[in-house]
Amino acid sequence: MAEIKSHIGTQNKKGQTYTDAWKMMHEAPRNPSFYTGSEVIKEALRRASCDVMIAYPITPQSEAAALIGELFAEGYIGDYFRGESEFAVMSQCAGAAFGGARVFTTTAGPGTMRAMENFPMWAGARLPIQMIVTCRGINSPLSIQPDTIEISYLLNTGMLVWHAETAQDFFDWILKGFIVSEEPEVHLPLALCCDGFFVTHTKDVVNLTPADMCLPPYDPYRSPVPCMDMECPPVRMMRDPFIMKSNYISYATHASWQQEIWAAVERSRKHTIKWINGLIDTENTDAEVVIVASGTAVSQGREAIRLLEDEGVRCGLVKVKSLRPWPGEEIREATKNAKHIFVPEFNVTGWLAKEIKSTIPNSERVHAGPHVCGGMTMPPEIIASEIKTALGLRSESLAGRGS
Amino acid sequence: MTQYRVLPGPEHFLPPAAASMGIYLPNPGEAHINGVIVPEEKAYEEAARQFLMAQVPTIFPGPLVLWAWNEKAAKKAAAVRKLYEILKECVQPGQKPMLIPMPDYRPKYPKINPEVEINPNHPNLTIWHNKIDCCMFIGVHCHQANLSLKIIRGGTSCYTVAMCAQAGHEDAMLSFRDASVEKIIKLGEWIRKLKGTVKPRLTTAKTSASN
Repeated sequence: MAEIKSHIGTQNKKGQTYTDAWKMMHEAPRNPSFYTGSEVIKEALRRASCDVMIAYPITPQSEAAALIGELFAEGYIGDYFRGESEFAVMSQCAGAAFGGARVFTTTAGPGTMRAMENFPMWAGARLPIQMIVTCRGINSPLSIQPDTIEISYLLNTGMLVWHAETAQDFFDWILKGFIVSEEPEVHLPLALCCDGFFVTHTKDVVNLTPADMCLPPYDPYRSPVPCMDMECPPVRMMRDPFIMKSNYISYATHASWQQEIWAAVERSRKHTIKWINGLIDTENTDAEVVIVASGTAVSQGREAIRLLEDEGVRCGLVKVKSLRPWPGEEIREATKNAKHIFVPEFNVTGWLAKEIKSTIPNSERVHAGPHVCGGMTMPPEIIASEIKTALGLRSESLAGRGS
Repeated sequence: MTQYRVLPGPEHFLPPAAASMGIYLPNPGEAHINGVIVPEEKAYEEAARQFLMAQVPTIFPGPLVLWAWNEKAAKKAAAVRKLYEILKECVQPGQKPMLIPMPDYRPKYPKINPEVEINPNHPNLTIWHNKIDCCMFIGVHCHQANLSLKIIRGGTSCYTVAMCAQAGHEDAMLSFRDASVEKIIKLGEWIRKLKGTVKPRLTTAKTSASN
C-alpha cells in the first residue's frame, strides 16, 4: 500500500549493497570462515540491515550481545543500547518495533523466562522482532550449559520458533528469518534457538555471504497493523484493552485477535518451507527405526546412526528445523514406515517427543529419549544403546561401577 | 487438501481462522473464491456477480485509502469512489449500494453509530443494522481486516470480498491480492459488463438468532 521504493542495488552508509535476499542467500559466492557461533551471529547481523539491537549482556551463554556492540561501533547497526533487565530489553524491543524498526536481540535461560510476558505481546502486536535464544538451563541451581527446556515455554506464545543445529544454520536462518517474519501476512516475532555453548562457544567452518552485501531494509508500511499509532490497537489496546469491557463484543474481538496470530503462524509455513528448504530434513526414512530430533541432538543422532550402521542396524533421521510452524504433515509422512521412533532431547521433560506423539498415528511407536539435561552431553553411544535395547539387541553398559 | 470452505455464515459461535483450516493465500496473479485458488480473472467476474446480486452491496474503505497519506492512496480513493458510482449505476430498483468508511480501528463500542461507520471490533453491528448482504474491504490493514472478516462470517450471512494490497485474506469469501488502482477499475468494468445479466436476491442478510 505504501509507495514502494526499491533499495536493491543502492548502498548503505557502510558501502554495503542492498541485495535481493534470495540472490544474496542462494546465488552469491560464499566465503568459508572459522568462527564461533557467537561470532557467526555478529557476522549475520553485519549483513542484516538491522535498525536496533537491544542487549542485556549478563548471560554468559553467548558473547553475541557484546559482539554486536562492536558492530554498532563500526556503524553497521542503527542503534544499540543496554536494557535494565531482560524484561526491560524485550519491552524496549517492542517499542522500537512499534516505531517501524528492524529489531534484534538475544537471550538465554532465566533471562528468557523473566522476559516471557513480552513474547505473546510481541506476537499479538504483530511485531517481527528476531530473538536469538542460546538455550541453557533455567532452574535453580543455575546452569550455563545447554538445556533446551526454555523452548517448550516459547511454543505457545504465537512466535515463530526455529531450532538451529549448526552455526551454518544459524548464519543462514538469522538472515532468512527476517525475510519470513516480515512478510505482511506473517509479521510475527521469531525465536531462533540453538543449543547454547555447543553452538555458541565452539568453532566451526561457516560459509558466509559477501560482507559487502546486505538485506534490503525493513518496510514498516507493509505491516498488517498501523505503525506506531497511539490511538489504535495494538498500542491503544494497552490503555483501553478489551478486558476492560465485559461484553460479548469484547470477548469475540479478543478471540478473533488470538486466532489471527495463529493464522499468521500457519501462513508462515509456505515462506518457511521456501527459505529454509522445508520444515524438516530427512535421511533414510524408509528404515524401520527413525530418530527424530532438533538442535544438536540431530548431530548426536547422526553419529549414533553411523555407530548402528557399523553393527548392521539401519536407522533413518528426521531433523526438525521449525517448531512453529509445526511440521505435523511432514513428520507423519517421514515416520509412516517406522516401527520405532526415537526422540533424543537435551531437556528433562521431553517436549519434542510429546509434540510428535500428538502428531502421528500409533504414537506408542515413540520412544521419548534418551534425555540428558542440566548441561550434560549426549554421547551418541547412549542413543545407539537405547535403540539396541528397544530392538532386543545386546547393548554394553555405558555407565556403572566398571564391573 | 482441506475440505473446509469459506462460506457466508452465520458459521459458528466462534468460527475458526480459515488459515488454521488449511486455506492458503493466492500467489501473484491468482485470487481465491471460498478458499479455492482461482485465476484472478475469474474472481473479478464472481465479485461483480455477487455485488449485482446483493440487496445492499457495500464498500468498506479503510484508513489506507481514506487518508491521503501518499499519492497512491489518493488515487486509490478516487478509484474506490468511482467503483461506488458504477455500482449505483448498474444496480436495479430496490437494491441499495452503500459506501461506509472504516476510518480507524479504535474500539469505540458502544459510542459510535455502526450504521454510518464500521469498526473492526464489531463489524457485525454495521452489517446487521444496514442489512448488508455483500461487502468489500479495501484499504484496511490486514490484521484488522482478518479480525473483522472472521466476526462477520461468525454472526452474519454477508458475502465478503477483500481487495487486499498485500497477500490477500483467507477469511474473506473472495479475495484479491496486490490491489492497485488498475484492479479497482477492472472490477468496475466487470460490474458494468454484467449489468442487467444478474438477478438480484429477494431477501437480505440473515442474522444469527442468538443476537
